Amino acid sequence: MGITVNDKEYEFVKNETVSDLLQRLQFRFPLIIVRINGEFIPRKSYAETVVPKNATISVIHMISGG
Amino acid sequence: MVEGQIPIQEYQTGNTKHTWNIEKLLSAHKKLSEHSYTKGIVEKGYANRTLYVNLTTGEIKEKNVSEDMKHLFTGGRGFGLKLLWDSIKPTTRWNSEENELIITTGPLCGITQYPGSGKSLCLTVSPSTNIICDSNVGGFFGPYLKFAGFDALEIQGKAKKDVVIVIDGETGTVSIESAPLEETNSHLLSEQLTHIYASEDSDVSRQKVSIVSAGTGAEHSYWGCMNFSFYDIRRKVPRLKQAGRGGLGTVLRDKHVKAIVVKVETIDGVSNHPVDPDTLAMVGTKIHREIRDLDRFQCNMRSVGTAHLAEIMDAYDLLPTENYRFGSFPKAPRIYSPEFYKLFTKIIPDGCWHGCTMACAKTVDGYTVMTGPYKGQKVTVDGPEYETVGCGSNMSLWDPLWILEFNFYCDTYGIDTISAGTAIAYYMEMYEYGILNKERCDGLELCFGNGEAVLELLHRIAKGDTGEFIQTAAKGIRRVKDWLKKKNWGEPYLIEECGMESKGLEYSEYVTKESLAMQGGYGLTLKGPQHDEAWLIFMDMVNNQIPTFQDKAEALHYFPMWRTWFGLNGLCKLPWNDIEPENNAETDEPAKVPEHVQNYVDLFTAVTGVKVDKNELINQSERCYNWQRATNVWLGRGTRKDDWIPYRSMGPVTPLEYGSRMQRYDDQLVEKLGLKKEEVEKMSIEERIKELYRYRQDQYQKLADAVYYRRGWTPNGIPTPQKMKSLGFTDKKMLSMLQKKIDEDEKNGLNKWCGTYRGKEKPPSDIPRYWEKW
Repeated sequence: MGITVNDKEYEFVKNETVSDLLQRLQFRFPLIIVRINGEFIPRKSYAETVVPKNATISVIHMISGG
Repeated sequence: MVEGQIPIQEYQTGNTKHTWNIEKLLSAHKKLSEHSYTKGIVEKGYANRTLYVNLTTGEIKEKNVSEDMKHLFTGGRGFGLKLLWDSIKPTTRWNSEENELIITTGPLCGITQYPGSGKSLCLTVSPSTNIICDSNVGGFFGPYLKFAGFDALEIQGKAKKDVVIVIDGETGTVSIESAPLEETNSHLLSEQLTHIYASEDSDVSRQKVSIVSAGTGAEHSYWGCMNFSFYDIRRKVPRLKQAGRGGLGTVLRDKHVKAIVVKVETIDGVSNHPVDPDTLAMVGTKIHREIRDLDRFQCNMRSVGTAHLAEIMDAYDLLPTENYRFGSFPKAPRIYSPEFYKLFTKIIPDGCWHGCTMACAKTVDGYTVMTGPYKGQKVTVDGPEYETVGCGSNMSLWDPLWILEFNFYCDTYGIDTISAGTAIAYYMEMYEYGILNKERCDGLELCFGNGEAVLELLHRIAKGDTGEFIQTAAKGIRRVKDWLKKKNWGEPYLIEECGMESKGLEYSEYVTKESLAMQGGYGLTLKGPQHDEAWLIFMDMVNNQIPTFQDKAEALHYFPMWRTWFGLNGLCKLPWNDIEPENNAETDEPAKVPEHVQNYVDLFTAVTGVKVDKNELINQSERCYNWQRATNVWLGRGTRKDDWIPYRSMGPVTPLEYGSRMQRYDDQLVEKLGLKKEEVEKMSIEERIKELYRYRQDQYQKLADAVYYRRGWTPNGIPTPQKMKSLGFTDKKMLSMLQKKIDEDEKNGLNKWCGTYRGKEKPPSDIPRYWEKW
């Protein structure tokens, strides 16, 4: 069992924080919103929040550009 | 003064100083026509009149703006569309006598309380597309035009020789003057005219003058942009912002307009005479604080402007590289924003209109020009913005100095960086394949990464070189495709599908292969592939928020309408979503930035006194959006076939591209097309490309079906009379023209959906002529 990010399956990594996950997926856009199993994760908590097994995660990138 | 900044008096750009013989330049001017007007007061954001100048006859007159015009067209781009509709014909082309060049403002244009409020909107029938092109631009001209007395400037006809149009808001006169001796290229011409027309020899007076110009590159190409000046009181130079897309500068020079000058007597924070200045101040203060406190944690616009997008696009495989073949590249870090940050002047604030705390207009002062007629001189380069950096990666130029050189010459020659960069990248790919070569390119070695050849091409275009390639290349990708096919120099599929243009306009700088919605964001547009209608790549490709055709169609309805609204009001889009409130993430629709939408509702009401809500803002846009599409139909385009896009924007055209992302494409053949993995492995790369090609072409047609239906158009993309009436339009000429076109389409079998629907899939409607039931 892994985790789901934006409806796509990814491998579960033990003790992986939100910051680590964003780095792994190369999500480096600054305007993003993270929810784990529907719960909003504040930006300041990314470094401490551990991603649980089987989590459903949405990483919403806000529109920018041009 | 903010900590870290230095006093105005102490800053030196280090630029090469010029001494102009102003008396000599002025003595050569001959006044050809003059009109005096009564200086008015702007009321509730409107000057309530527009200015008409006919260069053929010398006629200069004022036109009233009616309440009906304000209601139906709001202002800005809307006014421009109305004025064009009243003045051109279905047969009008870019260089027709009756074609107009229009510069408009908008009711919120010129407020100083809210960032990004100094935009002008420019419209004309484009040389690239033969339909209406609109382009927005910063700088002082738009606000000054309004405060000099006019909501819009309408230029028709052609002068016999080069002229300057002078709108003098101090004396209340408009004149057409011959101007034979001034420079043509914008960085020098703007400086000369700013000094000539400033009332006094002081920086304060020079700041009250703004110049519109286009250089020699605009004369000899279809890529002409218009440069709008804003005198930088700290750098003591007129800086330039560009109305880039669609060849507006080409039309300006075709009319033999060397420049348009506007000057104002005075401006202040309430020159618009808003009905509720307190609300303006309150809403403005709120966002200024937001930008001050949050920008450094978000997009860092105040430090590097939109250039910050280079590293982001590279990370997401969206940075166009070698003519959009790839979306990332190992050398890309060399042109990330920190590399430009090193070059930007950091000690003084930037901004292209007063009160803009976002201040994204970055400059490199004292840049030493490496090539061409200004080689060795030191100049101020405005930018580069992200799009120009993206042109660098597209041409495989990985040295920031070559990108600055390209940026400087494009600007002063009056050439749109986006169209030129995208087109040259295409020529470079054709060069790689041997379809073009040194001989066919009039001696240029136009291979990827050759910055010297890129600049030489620009210099030769600007000089009016008569070489067959130079002449054709300067007209853009569409004409080069036709030329290459006529010469029989290569495989038509390769020539056609690699060239990133649609409707004749070159793409801006994003790779769209993996985002169907963004393919629509470029293709299902009014003027052509420019990202200012919708930027949906993250929402679609990364967030997976709009998985169905209906979802994508809804996004391709809402966002183009919302973004159109900025153009109706003289506003910049950036303060809407390139900065976000701290709690935006917790709102219901964070992608729309609800708090900022409410800001705009409040601003509109505070300036105009007209009570609106967020839905009415969309209605305002929808009226203009449909009017523009209908005008395109009238001009003979604006149908499904005109919304065609090249396959390079949908998927891999060549085995090299397929091979560079082989796992991704092979997986899609299995997951999306239902092929077995073993089947895919047995297929050649060419066969895999063909399968993917068929699938993705059909996806695009289904998307077009859904979008046309959502927008209230026929399956051939025609706005219906029913839709136009529901928006409040009663113009009989417009309504009967649309009905006639729909009837013709019916006879020709074009009122049908074009996607292939299998199994449970259904087109947007089963009802024939569904719009008649609305």
